[in-house]
Amino acid sequence: MSKQSLEIIVNGENYFLAVEPNCTLMELLRDDLELTGAKEGCGEGVCGSCTVLMDGKPIRSCLTLALEASGSHITTVEGLAQHGDLDPLQQAFIDHGAVQCGFCTSGMLMSAKGFLLENPHAGKKEIRNALSGHICRCTGYTKIVEAVESVVDRSQEKR
Amino acid sequence: MKKFKYLISKTLDEAVSLYQSHGDSAMYVAGGTDVMVKIKSGKVTPDYLISLTHVGRNSEIRINPETGTLHVGGLVTHRTLEMSPLIKLQYPIIHDAVQRIGSTQVRNVATIGGNLVNAVPSADGAIPLIALDAYVNIYGSAGEHSVDLIHFFEGPGQTVLMNGEILTEIVVPKQPPRTGGAYQKFGRRAAMELPLIGVGVLITLEEDSNRCVRARIALGVAAPTPIRTLGAERYLVGKEINEDTLNEAGKLAAEESRVRDSIRGLAWYRREMVAVSVQRMGLTCLQRINQLKAK
Ligand SMILES: Cc1cc2nc3c(=O)[nH]c(=O)nc-3n(C[C@H](O)[C@H](O)[C@H](O)COP(=O)(O)OP(=O)(O)OC[C@H]3O[C@@H](n4cnc5c(N)ncnc54)[C@H](O)[C@@H]3O)c2cc1C
Ligand code: FES
Ligand code: FES
Repeated sequence: MSKQSLEIIVNGENYFLAVEPNCTLMELLRDDLELTGAKEGCGEGVCGSCTVLMDGKPIRSCLTLALEASGSHITTVEGLAQHGDLDPLQQAFIDHGAVQCGFCTSGMLMSAKGFLLENPHAGKKEIRNALSGHICRCTGYTKIVEAVESVVDRSQEKR
Repeated sequence: MKKFKYLISKTLDEAVSLYQSHGDSAMYVAGGTDVMVKIKSGKVTPDYLISLTHVGRNSEIRINPETGTLHVGGLVTHRTLEMSPLIKLQYPIIHDAVQRIGSTQVRNVATIGGNLVNAVPSADGAIPLIALDAYVNIYGSAGEHSVDLIHFFEGPGQTVLMNGEILTEIVVPKQPPRTGGAYQKFGRRAAMELPLIGVGVLITLEEDSNRCVRARIALGVAAPTPIRTLGAERYLVGKEINEDTLNEAGKLAAEESRVRDSIRGLAWYRREMVAVSVQRMGLTCLQRINQLKAK
């Protein structure tokens, strides 16, 4: 069957592409756009390593067809750093030792980013809940939660 | 993954006619969280995938100001329900269920309509809606009709939908005052887990006592389809709601359940947990009714 046309914005850049209808967003990002940050772990929605933001919200790119993302803004881990400066979340992951093998990291970062966009003042419990759809074989999660916690905006906290 | 053609429909009529022109080789997709997993594993092999996401109209939550009924579009995502202040305050039983479906990433795209049409015995979205006496509106080439949600399911993966009919809306009748509901998804993990058992309880009390005038007890994973345990419901009506009567209702519900052994858990354990959960959820209903009074 033949390719269908797709217009999509990835990390701020407009793309006009022709894709196979059965191409997932993850395959589009990794194979066509060579953005290999999103990783395929399970391929069935369970592990979270393929998480990207669609219009600011975390979704699983392994279960979304590229065509279904037509017209939306996609942000991948490659789009987090601005003008060569790491996003504070990325720096926090480094500073807290929240990365070991790194396979889960880009997914974790994207969920955390999407979550903090909506809840800039979140507490530990909400952070753990927001990351509950991710599996990490290495870190034991503690460092990851601490890293996210460290960038939470505490300025409005009640004293 | 199997190849297919992807078709976008902008209206309900367009979707239905696309479906009918391709017959059994067509399949609808909304959030795709069930469909994509099934296509990837080869469980379904559609030649045409018809996207419903752009049909619009069916993606809002609203209250009908005249009748007080709650209308939830079939394309509303679990995340939208979870974040809705209306649902959280007035229909906490729905909030209980949707906030624990999959993970945020799943809930951001997965729809309540897809959850119902997929019709697995463990569908978390179905149980609270059944307890609330919800019905669904269905649109097809013969026009629109409604079915009580409890009669919507015919077996695992089987619903009354025929010939490309679309579930457009879920309607929840206005609840009487002094009504409280609660849902428990009982599983081993807090996240990313299908329930061992899903228990929804809804209780309406008399104006100034704890006497029950209406009770609903709905169970998931307790039979091939979601069920109500009518004997346990009847037992509660007219009784004072307290730990003892809820304990008895729990036992009756457990007897009525048709739980089975599966890889996730054994039948005897599930049965015991039905009894425990019915009592717990009943007590949560009481608490919630009293909170209403306090407000
Ligand atoms: C990792 C993961 C975790 C999950 N966890 C849970 C969980 O905890 N609890 C739970 O209950 N479910 C869970 N699910 C299952 C799934 O996410 C839900 O059932 C979801 O609500 C399905 O909605 P959807 O929009 O993605 O449906 P889709 O996959 O798009 O469609 C599902 C079915 O419904 C049909 N369909 C969809 N919308 C309509 C409509 N409006 N009219 C007619 N037919 C329609 C489709 O043709 C298909 O047959 C999980 C899934 C994944 C991948
Ligand atoms: S690869 Fe998408 S969730 Fe595991
Ligand atoms: S760092 Fe290795 S899986 Fe998380």
